[in-house]
Amino acid sequence: MTTPRLVIAASPHLRAQDSTPRIMWSVVVSLAPVVAAAAWYFGISALLVIAASVAGCVAGERAFGRPGTLRDGSAAITGLLLGLCLPAGLPLWMAALGGVVGIALGKVVFGGLGQNVFNPALIGRAFLQAAFPVPITTWPAVGGSFWMLRGDTFALPFMRAQAPDVVTAATPLGLWKFSGQETGVVDLLLGNTGGSLGETAALAILLGGAWLAWRGYLNWRVPVAVLATVALAAAILHTVNARFPTPLFMLLSGGLLLGAVYMATDMVTSPVTNSGRWIFGVGIGLLVVVIRVWGGLPEGVMYAILLMNAFVPFINQATQPRVFGTRKRVVGGAG
Amino acid sequence: MTGDLVWILVSAMLVNNFTLTLFLGLCPFFGVTSQVTTALRLGLANIFVLLLTAISAWFLNRYILPAAPFLRIISFIIVIASTVQVVEMAIKKASPVLFRALGIYLPLITTNCAILGLAIFQTNRGYGFLQGISFAIGAGLGLTLALTLMASIRVRVDRSNVPALARGMAIVLIIASSLSLAFMGFAGLGSSS
Repeated sequence: MTTPRLVIAASPHLRAQDSTPRIMWSVVVSLAPVVAAAAWYFGISALLVIAASVAGCVAGERAFGRPGTLRDGSAAITGLLLGLCLPAGLPLWMAALGGVVGIALGKVVFGGLGQNVFNPALIGRAFLQAAFPVPITTWPAVGGSFWMLRGDTFALPFMRAQAPDVVTAATPLGLWKFSGQETGVVDLLLGNTGGSLGETAALAILLGGAWLAWRGYLNWRVPVAVLATVALAAAILHTVNARFPTPLFMLLSGGLLLGAVYMATDMVTSPVTNSGRWIFGVGIGLLVVVIRVWGGLPEGVMYAILLMNAFVPFINQATQPRVFGTRKRVVGGAG
Repeated sequence: MTGDLVWILVSAMLVNNFTLTLFLGLCPFFGVTSQVTTALRLGLANIFVLLLTAISAWFLNRYILPAAPFLRIISFIIVIASTVQVVEMAIKKASPVLFRALGIYLPLITTNCAILGLAIFQTNRGYGFLQGISFAIGAGLGLTLALTLMASIRVRVDRSNVPALARGMAIVLIIASSLSLAFMGFAGLGSSS
């Protein structure tokens, strides 16, 4: 049978190579340097925590999700991102539980990928923060041998915590908030500080994010808006009163880079219009500064993103572009 | 003094949001949030009633209750409800437009726990007149924020493919808990500076 010379088919005729699994697995690949940095600083503990939260997310998707949704890779990303915002010594069952909760109550219950309102990884993280406030803020110090366990890794649920024989270290933001010390920029850039697994390597995150933005898989407007807002607000505060941290410290410390590059840019839970993305990013930046500087918690990136997630339906409605040919902006019904 | 008033307002709006942190006023939060415009109007009516509440509670605390402290809760309820009814009638006469915007919601919320909660919080914290007004505006703005956010999310979720077991009130409760988790970020705001 010869190939027909005229193909008659319904549109679309040009097919892009991109598909949901392709985008999702690209994100996973781009996170590899961050995971490698976490393993470099926290050894086997980092890999175990990440593996547990990925396993929790995958199990949650498998148990509650629609059949066949596991292959698109989004559950694996959720697990990876959740693992990267946990401390290295967390008991593994907590990391796995966070993954199950994030997927089940953050995503599947809304109808699965593309329909959730809040970022599932952050729902899992916020759940863990509310349920286990002490283990989730116990930050092991960097360094030590690769095979050393940094905490009660294999503790079981309802088991009394054994006093772990582990050196802990305050995070840079905690140090600034509770004792007024600033960590040096070089340490922050290389990640040689206490903190969550993915908070520590600023360079690795920027590299992965730049690669994704170049491929067109994440919208550069959101991270740029977040980081520019934080830098500007911190610069103003620092000029008014030198008690407040420098802009560079604000940008590089804590989970800001990971959140701005990988979590705020989630295609499902960020606005669909470009003007909406700017508003969304600026909102996150302002909330981060407010919570860090005046809040009771040292870090606020997670809450800032969750709060702005809640505003996304509003922003989408308010920034609808003019329908072509109409004179005034069309205001939809409710919502 | 001004800073104090602003702080009371922000605290009542975000840190101790009546709906999302203290879990007061949940009935309108779940019952009247299927549309954004309705939720917004209910929120505005709430601000109005809370203001009246703050004024009447201040008046009662100042002039009546020192003589009969055991009548506190019952006199709050009766005085607030009747004040709102009288003001509603006055609005109906004076400004039919405002009445149409707020009117139907006013009787709905006069017996809400958020209203009584405001009167009791205000008494326990010993707020003066201006502080009470600021507290009421903050609490009302916080309620309005929670109601409209909830409504805008519900409108979006109504169009998505929610699994059968979570449809209806179940998904609304899950959205509410997620919102509440997010508002935990404001915990302790202002305590460390």
